[in-house]
Amino acid sequence: MTKTTGSRAYIKTLENEGVTHMFGITGAALIPICDDLLDSKIRYIPGVHEQGSAHMADGYARASGKPGIVQVTSGPGATNIVTGVATAQLDSAPLVCFTGQVPMNMVGTDAFQEVDIIGVTASITKWNYQVRDPTRIPWAVKAGMYISNTGRKGAVVIDLPKNVTTEEAEFDYDVKVELKGYKPIIDPDPHELDTAVKVLIDAKRPVIMAGGGVIAAGAGKELAQLAELLMAPVATSLMGKGAIPSNHPLSLGLCGMHGRHEANYMVPDADVLLVVGARFSDRTTANLSGFAPNAKIVHIDIDKSEVDKNVSSITKVIGDARYALSGLYKRLMVQNIRTNGWHKRITEVKQYCETYDYGTDISTPNIIRSIRHALPNDAIVTTDVGQHQMFAALHYDVYEPGTFLTSGGLGTMGWGLPAAIGAKAAKPDRKVLAICGDGGFHMTENNLTVAVDEDLPIIAVVLNNKLLGMVAQWQRLFMDGRLSTVSRDYSVDYTELSKTYGAHAVKTETLDEFNKAMREAVDADYTTVIEVPIDPNENVYPHIPPGMGLKDILTDD
Amino acid sequence: MSLNVISFLVENKPGVLFNISNTIRRKNFNIHSITAIAGEHEDTTRITITSKADAHEIDKLVEQMSKMVDIIRVKRLDPLRTIQRDLALVKLHTADPMAQEEALEIINKYKGLILDIKPDTVIAQITGSVNEVTDFHAEVGHIGVIESARTGITAIEKGWVTLMEK
Repeated sequence: MTKTTGSRAYIKTLENEGVTHMFGITGAALIPICDDLLDSKIRYIPGVHEQGSAHMADGYARASGKPGIVQVTSGPGATNIVTGVATAQLDSAPLVCFTGQVPMNMVGTDAFQEVDIIGVTASITKWNYQVRDPTRIPWAVKAGMYISNTGRKGAVVIDLPKNVTTEEAEFDYDVKVELKGYKPIIDPDPHELDTAVKVLIDAKRPVIMAGGGVIAAGAGKELAQLAELLMAPVATSLMGKGAIPSNHPLSLGLCGMHGRHEANYMVPDADVLLVVGARFSDRTTANLSGFAPNAKIVHIDIDKSEVDKNVSSITKVIGDARYALSGLYKRLMVQNIRTNGWHKRITEVKQYCETYDYGTDISTPNIIRSIRHALPNDAIVTTDVGQHQMFAALHYDVYEPGTFLTSGGLGTMGWGLPAAIGAKAAKPDRKVLAICGDGGFHMTENNLTVAVDEDLPIIAVVLNNKLLGMVAQWQRLFMDGRLSTVSRDYSVDYTELSKTYGAHAVKTETLDEFNKAMREAVDADYTTVIEVPIDPNENVYPHIPPGMGLKDILTDD
Repeated sequence: MSLNVISFLVENKPGVLFNISNTIRRKNFNIHSITAIAGEHEDTTRITITSKADAHEIDKLVEQMSKMVDIIRVKRLDPLRTIQRDLALVKLHTADPMAQEEALEIINKYKGLILDIKPDTVIAQITGSVNEVTDFHAEVGHIGVIESARTGITAIEKGWVTLMEK
């Protein structure tokens, strides 16, 4: 073994681990590393603000299934990624963050640009670690990559004090990562599968609820296979959108506060509810007493602590959704499944609910449908957070798992645009489009610089109602219409602003104009921003008021 | 709400205790007592935490904490199948010879050790169950407790059962 610096060992380990892209912003604590990056094949995509870089790495991770890497400097660089870390962690996305740090002999002295990022991120990471000895660098990098992308995926922060990156040492790149306290269960216990089969086989009105775990496990095919065998309709959580294709006859769509009628009607009527890779978030269940009150719940999850956390299940299967679903399928396919006309009811409910009148206005649902129409089936769409996100969840059809990316758990405004740029870096051959509101777009629109100058062309559709629309909707519905602190009637012109970043930008006033702009944007190989002024009084329905049950749906009639 | 005993075997390294207490804080439980020291092997630490809360809520917390990478094992111990011990060093005000005599009697009754005698003070070491140690404090209260340092509970399961077993 030959001696080298911690910095070179860090880059080499990343390369060995298959890292090809890195997002971030440099700084004093990273100077040795950034010098070594010049000699690496890793593509470094410089950001304009660390939060955006973290979201890019998150979008990259979700689109590729590989850990997304973000590297930022100490102090403010590190604190600026906190929102990005929490966003990835809440949605179980594999994000690995490397933070620069002041040299070890200055740690704890309030040195320039020193912050205790390990302490700061303790409760929003799956794991974090400060490397205090350069020989530990290969181990730490490998452990971080492994932990972030196995079991229930999540965010990892690794802190690199500057002296650790400059000191020379001998490095063991083949070091084994053995973690006594971390043994994710992938292949479920056969007894758990057998017990689940006993419950499922007697189901007369089975419903499946699919969450992000199905997408993370790449279990879309296995899910559809089992649903078809059981003739069980499939509702999804927001994170599970796309787990089953929207045009599949058994797809019910989104369940929950802004869920589709068919999902919110059928889930409470289930006698057996098979929940796969979903965690019963309050936005998905609405009031727990109205959530499948008579159903026996079978819960499949890779994270044991999610079982019986919010909703009690009759039996559980701990493991990867793909293994669990195929295990159930193999056991059930040899059995005689009786469906007792339940599938007729599914058709009835779906027909009854398919009465949405889209009209010809430039409404948000129509824009969402136009986007779907213009994009290829395998295009990746990200959303920001708010009304447009719920409209997209309701009206955007997804045909492939993992092509609809959204900040579900944390609900991070400003996520959509940078996440789309990261997704484009991961999948350069796919069309990538971000659906944004004006509020979220304005939080991170400076990332257009990266899309344009790093040649990561995306399309951004900005639905501009000059309002923080979701809060305005709550104020209209539940606060006697007293709008407070929601106005965004700024002088800024987002179309002109986008042009100054070097993007092609167009404002469209009618649906025809929008369709034309979309066609051009899809054909183009440059970044396009399409701004669409929309009605500020538009509400997104269905809407279940807070505290109410799944069937207590508010609609616009 | 009873006093729950949670026992941990963790990696012996900086930050692990912080992560545990941080998680307990997030759930808004108060730590009643905590003991921590290297286990049978130098690379692991055994931690015993007690907290007053609903046992079911503690079980959810235990599930959450069992996910933490640096925690090798965590378990809520069944009080009926667990030996629990507390230790206190108690400094008593014994300037009055009668008080000193009474103090020594009580210490003896609790099978305590006398660690230090000065003309006006006595330091006793009392070990036993939480109740025994608490009762000792009550009994010597009128003599005058100048200062008391308690370790809090450490615990081990009865018989062959160990922390590492499911």
